[in-house]
Amino acid sequence: MRKNILNFIITILVAVVLSQFLPWWSIMVAGFLTGFSIPLKRIAVFLVPFLAIALFWAVSAYMISSGNDFTLAKRIAVLFPLDGNVNLLLLITGIIGGLAAGIAALFGKQCQLLFKKS
Amino acid sequence: MKFMKFLLSLLLTAIVFYGLNSKLGSIPPLGKFLDPIHGIWQNDKTEGQNVEALAITGLKEEITVHYDKHLIPHIFAQNDADLYFAQGYITAKHRLWQMEFQTHAAAGRISELIGEAAIEFDRGQRRKGMVFGAENSLKKMRENPETLQFVEAYRDGINQYIDQLTVEDYPVEYKLLDYSPEPWTLKKTALLLMYMTDMLAGGDSDLEYSNFLNKYGKERLDLLYPDFFDTIDPVIPKERDWSEWDVVAHDVPISELPKDTITDILEKPDPDNGSNNWVVAPEKSYSGNPILANDPHLGLKLPSIWFALQLATPEKNTFGVSLPGALGIIIGFNNDISWGLTNATRDVRDWYKIEFTDDQRTAYRYDGESRNATKRIEEIKVRNGKTVYDTVVYTHHGPVSYDASFKGNDQKIGYAMKWTGHLGGNNQRTFLELNKAKNYDEYAKALKYHVAPAQNFIFSSTEGDIALWIQGTFPNKWEGQGKFLMDGSNPNHEWKGFIPQEHNAHIKNPEQAFLSSANQHPVDESYPYYVFNDGYETYRNRVINDFFRSKEKFNIQDFKDLHNNNYNLMAAELLPNMLQQMDVSALDSEEKELFDQVKTWDYFNDIEKIGPSIWEAWWSELAPLTWDELEAEELVLDYPFKYQTIYLLKNNPDDEFMDVVATPEKETAKDLFLISFKEAVKNLKAWKIENGDYNWGEYKATYVGHLLQALPAFSRFNLPIGGNGSIVNATKKDHGPSWRMIVEMSSPPKALGVYPGGQSGNPGSKYYDNFIDIWAAGDYLELDFMQDKNQTENILFSQTLNPKP
Repeated sequence: MRKNILNFIITILVAVVLSQFLPWWSIMVAGFLTGFSIPLKRIAVFLVPFLAIALFWAVSAYMISSGNDFTLAKRIAVLFPLDGNVNLLLLITGIIGGLAAGIAALFGKQCQLLFKKS
Repeated sequence: MKFMKFLLSLLLTAIVFYGLNSKLGSIPPLGKFLDPIHGIWQNDKTEGQNVEALAITGLKEEITVHYDKHLIPHIFAQNDADLYFAQGYITAKHRLWQMEFQTHAAAGRISELIGEAAIEFDRGQRRKGMVFGAENSLKKMRENPETLQFVEAYRDGINQYIDQLTVEDYPVEYKLLDYSPEPWTLKKTALLLMYMTDMLAGGDSDLEYSNFLNKYGKERLDLLYPDFFDTIDPVIPKERDWSEWDVVAHDVPISELPKDTITDILEKPDPDNGSNNWVVAPEKSYSGNPILANDPHLGLKLPSIWFALQLATPEKNTFGVSLPGALGIIIGFNNDISWGLTNATRDVRDWYKIEFTDDQRTAYRYDGESRNATKRIEEIKVRNGKTVYDTVVYTHHGPVSYDASFKGNDQKIGYAMKWTGHLGGNNQRTFLELNKAKNYDEYAKALKYHVAPAQNFIFSSTEGDIALWIQGTFPNKWEGQGKFLMDGSNPNHEWKGFIPQEHNAHIKNPEQAFLSSANQHPVDESYPYYVFNDGYETYRNRVINDFFRSKEKFNIQDFKDLHNNNYNLMAAELLPNMLQQMDVSALDSEEKELFDQVKTWDYFNDIEKIGPSIWEAWWSELAPLTWDELEAEELVLDYPFKYQTIYLLKNNPDDEFMDVVATPEKETAKDLFLISFKEAVKNLKAWKIENGDYNWGEYKATYVGHLLQALPAFSRFNLPIGGNGSIVNATKKDHGPSWRMIVEMSSPPKALGVYPGGQSGNPGSKYYDNFIDIWAAGDYLELDFMQDKNQTENILFSQTLNPKP
């Protein structure tokens, strides 16, 4: 459990730092790095970085958009179309980010296993 | 096993990366798009936060920009080059995507952005010679060192803005379509001006008239499409006497016109692209100051085609609206003069039949000989597709728009376009000089450079002058020239020069003490050059002129009322006749109810009324029913103009054309009224089931659509505004007054203005569409014409642009 929490926190921290220099896929790099260096077990391999990045993206998006009364978010929630539901858009943003990080973490874990073997 | 898992997770990672990094169909690349650090979330902001002074390469001296509460920038520069540099920089800051998109559209480059769906559109733009025309204009701009210097400064300003942009700051549309801005060029400014030329002077009916002439003969043509309507109230009042001019007229050559039949042509611009403007002289003004108004009618789009701003240097101070992509103020005022534009529809585009001497189209017949053609290979890049190459043949007349490879079928026949839009002109100079003009003479001098699209330039000055020049380059035609397809091999069919600029119709300080234009006939038949009816408006102008003849003095409220005037003169001229002729006994109870409702209508297209909805539903059945003969043809044909249709329905009710071809009976106008009314009632009933009550506001359902096919997310729908086409408040469903301005020439001038949009091009900004409700309600913004750069009141925020050392 301690490792899960550690992975969760480090994933967010690494993602926050990398996102300042790298494009959107910085979260995949973050997921990969922590998947490799803080290996977790079973479903947690995917789930922990998934939740970490989902939280990071959804909360960042919320913070930016709420300062502007969700003006654009409401429009994008029509574009997609989500019937103008901003919460759904935030949820999707989190899921997309989480998915990318979680999959990259799976790959990180597999790399780590391969290295350990050799 | 472990290795398999490794491979599997690698593959999965690659798929997820690819899937979220790529645009799939119309779905944007979701990872990129939703990333809160670089994606669209970053665009969820309103201007005015974190404003700091900027150091910019290319500036000579310090510039102050004050934004007022409407986000209108007031730019105070120390010299002209800096001023236009700053205009470029500031316009790009708010409207970058639109500036680039419109010039891409002009150049036929939309396929690059959206893929193969736009190939036909792009080919059309290339075949119209849009780039050819822009290149010719650019040559003219380069000939004038001053224009060149300012156009370059404007370009540099835009590029300085683009250079400092980071990915997260790209406008939303770039993120949606997944591409990046490219550097601005001088050619793009020329292309933007071509975009306007095409919109306003890119229509003609020559081929349609040829088809009609060949099918029905001259007598029928003159009845349906007369050169002048029976009543006209022209732009230049009839009081104008032209007798002092020495005029060179050309004789009609004895020759044959080609008898070709044309079955397919390019899409034409909206025939209602037009405008109103009017001005009253001091003696007709409540205050003794001239008052001027303008409202250009264009497609209602977001971001708006207009961007309001003030441009000031120590030498001049100009306020009004600009076209993002072009320099200076296009419609506006300074401390001495004000001016407005309406489209001076004239036939400045003609067609020549080209007979090629060979299948490769390398040469064509001309004056009994063979003349070499040139070829221009158009490269159309297509997103996710193969580049398309289209060879456009150019003759000395102009580009062969239609040939075997485009809307034609004969390898050796083509149709070449001759268009003033291709002549090249330094239109930019006209506006730069108008911006600083101080009186009538400087205004008249500035206009000389304007080639196309021809405009009715209305004018007033603090000195008390009012004037109107119809300015453009007009071919001096023999009677009938260019109304039909001409013979490209016959030198007699060529344009024989142009109307001398000083003979362009104009008037200064007329006795009637007011002037107006609303796309009607420019002049009456006494004008010594050939002009024919090229789709002239016949309703708005009469309502406007009657209003100014109705009383002695006019004030600002009168001007506002006139902008918002919903009187439907067209309905008032036909509906009583329809009502009177109607065989009421043939109506069922539901039809009778609607009939009684439309009978009590007062002819005002106000939003809460149902009369205008019934009239509109009725007319939109009646016109196609009347002209069903033309619809049934394989050929391209135009409906006669509304005015003439109504004239015929009233005066020639038994004409052959009134018959409905599909029925065995022989119908007259009276029968058409009944049939179309019954259809209209059916349509309204169906509409009601689907949408609810059909009062005019809801039935018309005006909307302002985003430039990308009116994406609902970025557009505004169901706006409560009355009016319609042919009404002074010319607001149709998606077309209408794109800018409304009223200026009183006091010292300094006082002005009102509004447009259906907002200053910001960012759909995430509160300034994206904040003018729309004001506009729909018929209200205005008070334009704060700042006289001093040290002004401190009414400022939202200010920004200093410093030269980078």
